[in-house]
Amino acid sequence: MAVSTIDPNGLNIGQIGGRRNLIINSQFQVAQRGTSSTSAGYQTVDRFRFTSSDMDQLAFTQSQDTTGPSGFTNSYKLTVTTPETTTEAEEQLFMYHCVEAQNLQQLGYGTSDAKQLTLSFWVKSSVTGAYCVAFYENDGNRLITSTYSISSANTWEYKTITIDGDTSGTINNDNGSGLELYFFLSCGPDRKTTDSTTWGTWTAAKFGYGQVADVAATSSATWQITGVQLEVGDVPTPFEHRSYGEELNSCLRYYWRVTKSTQYQVITTAIGYSSTVAIAPIPYPVPMRASPSFSISATSDFSYIGNGGTAEPSQFQTDFKSIWSAQAYMVGSFNQGSAYLYRFDGDSPSGQYFALDAEL
Amino acid sequence: MNEMQITYAQYIVDVTSGSNSAIKATIDGVELSVPLDPANRHYAEILRQLESGQLTIQPAE
Repeated sequence: MAVSTIDPNGLNIGQIGGRRNLIINSQFQVAQRGTSSTSAGYQTVDRFRFTSSDMDQLAFTQSQDTTGPSGFTNSYKLTVTTPETTTEAEEQLFMYHCVEAQNLQQLGYGTSDAKQLTLSFWVKSSVTGAYCVAFYENDGNRLITSTYSISSANTWEYKTITIDGDTSGTINNDNGSGLELYFFLSCGPDRKTTDSTTWGTWTAAKFGYGQVADVAATSSATWQITGVQLEVGDVPTPFEHRSYGEELNSCLRYYWRVTKSTQYQVITTAIGYSSTVAIAPIPYPVPMRASPSFSISATSDFSYIGNGGTAEPSQFQTDFKSIWSAQAYMVGSFNQGSAYLYRFDGDSPSGQYFALDAEL
Repeated sequence: MNEMQITYAQYIVDVTSGSNSAIKATIDGVELSVPLDPANRHYAEILRQLESGQLTIQPAE
């Protein structure tokens, strides 16, 4: 039968084309910070943070992995290297992703027309059982949780979760946190005593409701995920593949790292402000979400050149920063009014960097 | 829900105006120059820990 008209409202899948997936870096292609780390926090893949709270013995590696289910070349992987003896009260282990509030205004939260959301993803773990996914609305301090189940160890499985719209919720139209996703791997018994399968005010006792699997307390456990898609409606549509360049460009709003790739890689031009300070602009490739924090690998990784010579600064720092650019300065020996180049020093590239962080 | 470990904080003075323009802070083991913008998650956490008495910010050198 020929179909002459498709009514997207009848399909209940939100918009029928264009960007449907609200998650950035959902197939874990972008990892500006690095590909492996034994620390918690934003350490590897962009836009996803791994949190380990109050664990005692637990040691782990988080990494950008180069395997995935059919159609995916990357995934995020957590490997337990030393297990927690017992996962106790207040202890929790989860992966976090935050969607910016102004990107969620179409959900209509706080109105009778609040939209459903459907989360889909591929997951693989050595630990079978039920896992909690929590959705937290920061502006309204409200939470809803759901679960998925790993039924077969070490096998990629496709999971879907649909949550109701929050008719009593609040998502401000701003650049702050809109909806936070928590993929729990473990949580203490006090984090799952109260049913949170409908929207309600956040409490610690609701946070990991339904979590049974305990990755933290399992020796050599692994947990892997990719193809994370969050979309309006109650239908999990096929994964929206995006180009690497498009994903990288989206990530740059939240984090930008310039890593040295060649000797004497140029950063920017500066002007001598005084005999000890030269100032320079660092314009960003895209406007950032908020004024970013600035960090460097080490002051000795940088140098300045001008007036026929080159030297290492005693400081490389930024002061004023906007969403567009930063004012950077080096402390050294300069001629007022003379031009200089800031650049990485002459050593071979080995991870030297400067970074700007406006993550949520 | 995600408390950061802040072990050091000191104001940075803008070299051209002499006013406080950022905070040099060690957060979760990384030294950062944090802007005075409440939308920045590091500054928001500094403000939260200041308010709760967990943190003091050293004046600029």
